[in-house]
Amino acid sequence: MNQIPDIIRTIPLNYYLYFSTALFAIGVIGVLTRRNAIVIFMCVELMLNAVNLLLTAIASYRADSSGQVFVFFIMAVAAAEVCVGLAIIVMTYRNTRSTDVQLLNELKW
Amino acid sequence: MQEIVMPSINQDMALLCLLIPLLPLLGFIVNGLGNRKIAKGLVGLIGCATVLASFLISIYLFLDFKANGSQPYTVDYYNWISAGTLHIGFSFLIDQLTLLMLLMVTGIGFLIHLYSAGYMSHDEGFGKFFSFLNLFMFSMLLLVMGSNYVMMFVGWEGVGLCSYLLIGFWNKNTNYNNAAKKAFIMNRIGDLGFLLGIFLIFITFGSVSYPQVFAEASKMTGLDTPVMIAITMFLFIGAMGKSAQIPLFTWLPDAMAGPTPVSALIHAATMVTAGIYMVIRSNVLFILAPTTLDVIAIIGAATALLAATIGLVQNDIKKVLAYSTVSQLGYMFLALGVMAFSSSMFHVLTHAFFKALLFLGAGSVIHAMSNEQDMRRMGGLRKVLPITFITFLIGTLAISGIPPFAGFFSKDELLAHVFEHNKVLWGIGVLASFMTAFYMFRALFLTFFGKFRGTAEQKHHLHESPAVMTIPLIVLAILATVGGFLGIPEVFGAKHVLGEYLAPLYTYARGINPAAFETGAISHELEFILMAVSVGVAVLAIIIAYFMYIKKEEVPAEEGAHLAPVHNLLYNKYYIDELYNTLIVRPVMWLSHTVYRFVDVVLVDGLVNGVGKFVILSGRTLRYAQSGAISFYLLVMVCSIALILFLNFFIG
Repeated sequence: MNQIPDIIRTIPLNYYLYFSTALFAIGVIGVLTRRNAIVIFMCVELMLNAVNLLLTAIASYRADSSGQVFVFFIMAVAAAEVCVGLAIIVMTYRNTRSTDVQLLNELKW
Repeated sequence: MQEIVMPSINQDMALLCLLIPLLPLLGFIVNGLGNRKIAKGLVGLIGCATVLASFLISIYLFLDFKANGSQPYTVDYYNWISAGTLHIGFSFLIDQLTLLMLLMVTGIGFLIHLYSAGYMSHDEGFGKFFSFLNLFMFSMLLLVMGSNYVMMFVGWEGVGLCSYLLIGFWNKNTNYNNAAKKAFIMNRIGDLGFLLGIFLIFITFGSVSYPQVFAEASKMTGLDTPVMIAITMFLFIGAMGKSAQIPLFTWLPDAMAGPTPVSALIHAATMVTAGIYMVIRSNVLFILAPTTLDVIAIIGAATALLAATIGLVQNDIKKVLAYSTVSQLGYMFLALGVMAFSSSMFHVLTHAFFKALLFLGAGSVIHAMSNEQDMRRMGGLRKVLPITFITFLIGTLAISGIPPFAGFFSKDELLAHVFEHNKVLWGIGVLASFMTAFYMFRALFLTFFGKFRGTAEQKHHLHESPAVMTIPLIVLAILATVGGFLGIPEVFGAKHVLGEYLAPLYTYARGINPAAFETGAISHELEFILMAVSVGVAVLAIIIAYFMYIKKEEVPAEEGAHLAPVHNLLYNKYYIDELYNTLIVRPVMWLSHTVYRFVDVVLVDGLVNGVGKFVILSGRTLRYAQSGAISFYLLVMVCSIALILFLNFFIG
């Protein structure tokens, strides 16, 4: 039975690079263009996962497990972050009856 | 540089010397700090006692000096300034000249302090006045006693400061303050010259200490070297300022704004003679520069004449005396210019006696007249103020050169030396002497003779001054009478005490130019003729004054009356103040205003305010970036990160 690293290695590393770059770019564009806070949040997750994917792929290719350990850390931190972020979004919704970030422009000159 | 060894002295003498300036300084501190708290009687006591103590110590020093064979010595206290090759010690030089000046300064200073205790008794600034007077004594003593040019300069500046403080003593009057400022600024011009002179002395001789400088100077070869002319001219510019010579003399008449004892002490007897003291002290340097001496003689003669002509028509009793002082100082410089240093010092001494006396007498009159200084409002005071009248008469006779009063001997000796040197200058001197006798008797006649011309209130108030004021007058009158016997000319068969006493001062100078110190260059017959001329001229002037002001009872015209052109010119002091105003003050003011308006307001302020304005403006513009829109912030963030990465890629 093939181990996971072997399965990963069946695809060239460049492909992972192109894919995660594309994924990251989609995340960035989503963050910049969308007005819904939840969608922005999802895009942030997308960016994080693009990085995770790259870390895993390179860790496998180099036979170095520290990259995979990083991925676990990122997942744990992202989970915590999501808790806080969602809580903020819920509070925002309660106050504005909307999740549109364009409405949150009170902090200005 | 080889050290000049001078006999050193024991500790007790060193302390005694130090006490002379220190006691008045102590009086200044005590009276100055306790300004309003100490009772007037005590203030007066402290002020007078410190100066009296200095006077007594000076007498002791003088006697000790004579007893020990008249050997000059220096008293070193500590190394005051030491930088590179420059070593300036805080030390005193005690020699013939120092002791003479010490006796004069402290002696007359004490009498004037005593007089002030009476004259200023009604003034609320009594304590302030006495502390300033004591500070003045301290500075003057430092000036006289210092053994190097830097210490002299410190004293020089100190007396200038005190002069400023005391002229503007009644500082609620703007005119008085302006007079004080004028004195200060004019003196500053001279002081710059003095300072440059000191620098040049240090560069040339490598020292500023008198014994070293003079010893080095005496080794110089050739007269009139450019450097010696420069040094002596600079020093003389300093003397011009302090001793009120053309062109820096206009401050002295204005200085009469100060209380009268100040006029007597500072602006007649001591500070203004500092210039003469300095030249006599530096006689070696001046002997090396005959060109400078000629300049001094000419300026002295011109000043003597110019001031005397102005004095002819003044109506303020103190102004007459002030111009007279300027004129007499001119005489002293005239004598210095013809290398008659001792004669000049003789005149300094007798002038201190009779001019202090005249000022104090004028003060007594002003006191009696309730602060009236205009002679047109006086008259007939001789019956009410007998002591003041008699002493003032003695002073007037002395300054006019009537034998046997002090002024006769000194002025005559001085003029004889001038005659030897230059007949034209002598003529100018005699002419000025004629005018001196005339304006002094004019003042005397207008003040003490004829009918009383003041108000009824003033007449009611007239009184002789208290004893504390008349005693100094009497003492000074005695000095003005007998002071001349210090220098009886040799024609009368007596020896010239003062001349012999001062002779060791010129040891170096005599080595350089022996001819200048030879006596008896003119025959006895000629000397008698010269005396007769000066006395005759003075008597003639007195007779003219008598006919004008007693027989015809002329009173000077009221203000605004039409005057003859010459009279008008003299009355307005040749418009010299106006000339200075147009030539110097206005251009300088204009320049200051222009510089202020362009450099200061436009450039400097523009730059400073511009920086502030730029920061405010950029802040005001940039704050629109803080829109509150999260997406915009994110865009900026992402773009920034992209930019950093981009730069990192290319630069890193």
